[in-house]
Amino acid sequence: MKLSGSEIIIECLKKEGVEYIFGYPGGAVLHIYDALFGDKKIKHVLTRHEQGATHAADGYARACGKPGVVLVTSGPGITNCVTGLATAHMDSVPMIIISGQVSREYVGSDAFQEADATGITRPVTKHNFLVDSRESIAEVFKKAFIIATTGRPGPVLIDIPKDLTDPKTKINFEYPKKVNLRSYKAPISESKVKIEEAAKLLASAKKPMIYSGGGVILGNANKELTSLVKKLGYPITNTLMGLGGYPATDKQFLGMLGMHGTYEANMAMHDCDILLAVGARFDDRVTGDTTKFCPSAKIIHIDVDPSSISKIIEVDLSLVGETTNILRSLNKAVTPHLKKINKAALKRWWLQIDKWRTKKCLSYKKSSKIIKPQSAIETLYEITKGNAYVTSDVGQHQMWAAQYYKFDKPNRWINSGGLGTMGFGLPAAMGVQLAYPKAEVVCVTGEASILMCIQELATCLQYRLPIKIINLNNRYMGMVRQWQEFFYEGRYAMSYMEAIPDFAQLSSSFGHIGIKIEKPSELKSKLQEAMNLKDRLVFVDIITDQEENVYPMIKSGQAHNEMHLSPTGKDTELA
Amino acid sequence: MNEKRHIISLLVENEFGSLSRIAGLFSARGYNIHCLNVAPTNDESISRMTLVTFCNDQKIKQLAKQLDKLVDVVNVKDLTEETHIEREMLLLKLKCNKSQRDEIKRLVDIFRARIIDVTDTTYTVELTGATEKILAFIESMGKIKIIEMVRSGTLGISRGIDSLENIK
Repeated sequence: MKLSGSEIIIECLKKEGVEYIFGYPGGAVLHIYDALFGDKKIKHVLTRHEQGATHAADGYARACGKPGVVLVTSGPGITNCVTGLATAHMDSVPMIIISGQVSREYVGSDAFQEADATGITRPVTKHNFLVDSRESIAEVFKKAFIIATTGRPGPVLIDIPKDLTDPKTKINFEYPKKVNLRSYKAPISESKVKIEEAAKLLASAKKPMIYSGGGVILGNANKELTSLVKKLGYPITNTLMGLGGYPATDKQFLGMLGMHGTYEANMAMHDCDILLAVGARFDDRVTGDTTKFCPSAKIIHIDVDPSSISKIIEVDLSLVGETTNILRSLNKAVTPHLKKINKAALKRWWLQIDKWRTKKCLSYKKSSKIIKPQSAIETLYEITKGNAYVTSDVGQHQMWAAQYYKFDKPNRWINSGGLGTMGFGLPAAMGVQLAYPKAEVVCVTGEASILMCIQELATCLQYRLPIKIINLNNRYMGMVRQWQEFFYEGRYAMSYMEAIPDFAQLSSSFGHIGIKIEKPSELKSKLQEAMNLKDRLVFVDIITDQEENVYPMIKSGQAHNEMHLSPTGKDTELA
Repeated sequence: MNEKRHIISLLVENEFGSLSRIAGLFSARGYNIHCLNVAPTNDESISRMTLVTFCNDQKIKQLAKQLDKLVDVVNVKDLTEETHIEREMLLLKLKCNKSQRDEIKRLVDIFRARIIDVTDTTYTVELTGATEKILAFIESMGKIKIIEMVRSGTLGISRGIDSLENIK
């Protein structure tokens, strides 16, 4: 088969089973767009900004597990993708970004719309390629898909000079079945000896704790994790990225841990004697003060990335490989040791946890005058019965969504946990809705975040994406304001959102429906009304209590047992 | 904090971008590369890099893992963890008048260096050895004026049968 460079690119994507490309055309990719024109198999989604394209591909990948594909032009096209790439890279999301480059003869000459794409994106991609010949295009694509989707996944960029995509020059095409990647090895599983050691250690616990993260979601290991946790009868907590990895409504689940985690989860972390960490990377928002992290625990760490082991916290036993494989082996290995578990000690541990639970750390003052943001999320949970796919932006609303929407299934909670990218929520929701056209997709956001990628409302209209935007509108950059209240004596420097648009009108000018909710009494009915509009995008602007804070809170650099449950201060002791 | 000298040997794919990925990994973490040497191996698709950095034990372990994680890196080893041999080459261009020539010749002999270029006013000297020897030789120049100094950076190889090229 003789094909042009552009046609080869499209064929490669088809061979990899790509169903959507998120992109934005421009000079250096016009040949590729021409080859895509009229194609029946691959659907192109035109976003209104390249950042939107990357977040949409990211959301798609997080929801359905397939790599998200982005196509953008050279220069500003690819520089606009940098935030999206960094977001995906931090959260290990598999993506393929194809960027046009100026023709080879102009590379390095400061040509129009030239940017050093591989140079700029090197620190924010898992790997990147600058294609230097037509003959290597197919091999590069094969390598890129392998690298993006195996081991610890991540975004891979392919930069292609325009002359290589010229429709006039055609070469033989065959998609390679295998490629030689001698310097890239994704770990598969761990030795039996170490698995056995882990099983013994787990069974010897008196105050066990399990802490799982995004690796369980990315590795599709939720079933294996759940069965292990059930079998052991141990308590479990999830990181922000790991929510849904274990059913949130199960009684063994202690809620999220970390800076805004629950009292019981953080206290159990602090007091445990054996900690099993699964697909989590001991992020500073989780550990707090690392010198006081799980002070009396032996730590077992399961991760696919060897460089995650003992990076932040020195662990006692590491199991490196695919989370599913290791958990499966561990499930088997632990069975003969179950009878050795000290049942009395475990019972005492659960009694202690139940005592911590009586703190009801997520309770908040209800109001009949002003809508509490927490109640908005609780109402959303109630109406959607916990079945929605929820994306979020970054800030207080993100924490409230994580705390009050109980995720029983994986891949339902989609947020920028690592990089903390405001503007992520709406485009990510587009990707999710395209992956699951019939699902309820909700974007929980705030009035500051939503404006960062508001242009994507046009994309939503073009592709008729019936997303529900839940805007917790407190007229502040809420999390910034909260920190300024706590750490800067209430000097709210630049955190007040002046000149806020009328979101209902803004939304209707984009061809969508806008609803404003101001009274607690109408919260449920109006939210229900919005959710009932199944085939339309509805922008629900909820005016919330302006100075509500996110609790519990561990201030930066403090330990798990130094939580603040209320504005009055620390709450560490329980009589 | 207990910073020690480490010699890191790397086999990397001989492709453009490899060097900047490795350099980027150091610079992103604020680590300094003390010296660096890159050259092809007998397998033309692979280059060997030797770099020297000062790091504490915890950081060097993490750094080695991060290097190994780079797609272009075929193999990594911290040579300072085992018995090894290290060498460096020095090229030194010295200004010398007639009265200094004997002195330079004597030092060259003591250090088993070689004079590889001579002009009316200069000697160029070549010396190979471990870094301490190189530094001692430079030190011994005393009042002799150094016009130009070129060092290869440290090269290292493990003793015995071990080879970095036994690709995992």
